[in-house]
Amino acid sequence: MSEHKIQRRMTIRNLLQREKAFLIFILLMVAFPFVLGTITGTGINHGVTKFWQGQLIVFFVMAVVAMSYDLLIGYCGILSFGHAAFFGAGAYTTALLFTHWAPSFSTKYRIFIPGGGDITGILIFAFVILMAVLASVLVGLLFSATSVRLKGAYFAMLTLALAEALHILAKASDFIKWTGADEGLHGVPVPAWINPTQFRPRFYFIALVFLFVSYLFIRRFTNSPAGKVIIGTRENEERVRMIGYNPVTYRTLTFVVSAIFAGLAGAMFSMWNMSATHSMTSTVITVNALIMVILGGMGTLVGGIVGAGLLQAFSHFFYDWFGPRWPLMFGLIFIISVLFFPYGIVGTWRLKRLQIKEGWARLIALLAVKKE
Amino acid sequence: MTKNIILRAENLRKAFGGLIAVDDVSIEVQQKTMHAIIGPNGAGKTTLFNLLSGTMPPTKGKVYYKDNEITSLPPHQRAHLGIGRSFQITNIFPNLTVLENVRLAAQALGGDNFRFLSHVGTFGDYIDKAMAVLAQVGLAGQENVYARSLAHGEKRKLELGIMLACDPELLLFDEPTAGMSSEQVPELIEIIKKVVNRKERTAILVEHRMDMVMNISDFITVMSQGNVIAEGTPQEIANNQLVQKAYLGDFYGELL
Ligand SMILES: Nc1ncnc2c1ncn2[C@@H]1O[C@H](COP(=O)(O)OP(=O)(O)OP(=O)(O)O)[C@@H](O)[C@H]1O
Ligand SMILES: [Mg+2]
Repeated sequence: MSEHKIQRRMTIRNLLQREKAFLIFILLMVAFPFVLGTITGTGINHGVTKFWQGQLIVFFVMAVVAMSYDLLIGYCGILSFGHAAFFGAGAYTTALLFTHWAPSFSTKYRIFIPGGGDITGILIFAFVILMAVLASVLVGLLFSATSVRLKGAYFAMLTLALAEALHILAKASDFIKWTGADEGLHGVPVPAWINPTQFRPRFYFIALVFLFVSYLFIRRFTNSPAGKVIIGTRENEERVRMIGYNPVTYRTLTFVVSAIFAGLAGAMFSMWNMSATHSMTSTVITVNALIMVILGGMGTLVGGIVGAGLLQAFSHFFYDWFGPRWPLMFGLIFIISVLFFPYGIVGTWRLKRLQIKEGWARLIALLAVKKE
Repeated sequence: MTKNIILRAENLRKAFGGLIAVDDVSIEVQQKTMHAIIGPNGAGKTTLFNLLSGTMPPTKGKVYYKDNEITSLPPHQRAHLGIGRSFQITNIFPNLTVLENVRLAAQALGGDNFRFLSHVGTFGDYIDKAMAVLAQVGLAGQENVYARSLAHGEKRKLELGIMLACDPELLLFDEPTAGMSSEQVPELIEIIKKVVNRKERTAILVEHRMDMVMNISDFITVMSQGNVIAEGTPQEIANNQLVQKAYLGDFYGELL
């Protein structure tokens, strides 16, 4: 919603100034395991400290999913219901390669650096991640190719269909040997050094760095010359075209960047769970991304992080309070937030204005029976 | 370039279903002149602009820019050739600041568009260019205002600013004063006169305000119901019986 005033010199100081809230958040997250570990006396790799790190890992990964979705919907104005396809492509590629390719490769070949050190494991890891990114970028390119011809709701429906096709593929019994079909892939042999059960704090910090780097990259991307054209495309496609930009090119770029991060998040998620299941390609992923972005504030990037945190917290506490019916309560909160803070939490914060009166008006309009 | 013709349209036709908005129109625009296109409401002026700027494909006919055919070139490629256009219905970036509206246009032809890891703030040239354009169109001091909250007259200035920031060689103005009150018009005319700077640029100006056209243009094409009904110098047009009947009648009627 609000574009920053352009600052000419990007000194470290004004970078720190502008990203203060985010940096404080990261520092808190860095301190978290140590503080909680000390308070509870469990140490950082045991008990509740370990459990809460697990919750936060999911939050970090989902925050990246939300940001990648915000890039599409909030910055480029593209309504896509197929985000699960990017995430799922990353997740499945990772799990499939670790299960079916990496073990046989590493028994057949070993790669050494000149000094004699064995780097096979690192190379396999890098290759798997690269392939996961590549797979979701391919899906992204497929989406952007269809966006040339279809617009708005029609495009959204097609992305929904494409993502659903991937979902069906993941469940298909034809590939049961590879994907485990309905069961999914479990006990994926991820590299031992990243094993989330054994090395919880390590995985925690990798996920935190992943969130940190993703945020900085996407933030810079949205502030770059290319990013500004993407925002322009959202605002007024005809005018962008008339001043010499091809909107198709910039939409494609947005899809690629969005798919890269959603795919990486998928890879992280599958390593975290040491599995890939069809739920990772289901529309629930897309709906969650949509909810996180709307709740946090579209086109703000940090909104996605806030939304992901809230959704994660709600899903945890609401389950305790309301049992399996918790989504119902959450849905209610979501409706209220859309009515009263249409710009999301971050957007409303920036506007410094609650829409209480407008909110009631919207609620009444929603409930009122139209008289003919 | 043959006879310094920067833009040539040959037998252009545009039909919307049964309605023929532009019917067999041929025009030639001399380089470094101000060429006006006038005509009553619905004459097909904006449609002609859509064909010249590439927003719509013609049903028939050809468009040449500097002797090269551009009939099927998309608008962004025409922009790169040096064709700029402003819109009759204000067509700006409402939720961006005034500066960003113009900066985006200044950046368009600069070759840094795919830099995605550098902050826009480090590309000072585009900001300077945008600031200069804003000063030129009389919007200095409004840089950080959101475009949507400008007054109508200011939006019209921004509309011009966006076109000018691309530094086009050929400027297509579609009723730049549309919707402005008559007190605001002279200022805008001065701006147009200044920026068109005849030694540098060529302009095609669609206008309703006859007084303005008569004063500042070198050549006038008169359209009515999709056809060109007359062309010539302002003097010739003022004396043309056909034009007086189709259009000028009202104008002189108003004056008397
Ligand atoms: N996209 C369109 N679809 C259908 N008809 C159109 C379209 N654009 C224009 N027309 C019709 O074509 C005719 C010419 O319209 P145009 O806007 O080109 O006229 P104009 O000379 O610019 O008029 P004005 O002075 O009112 O701006 C009108 O009858 C109009 O209704
Ligand atoms: Mg018109």
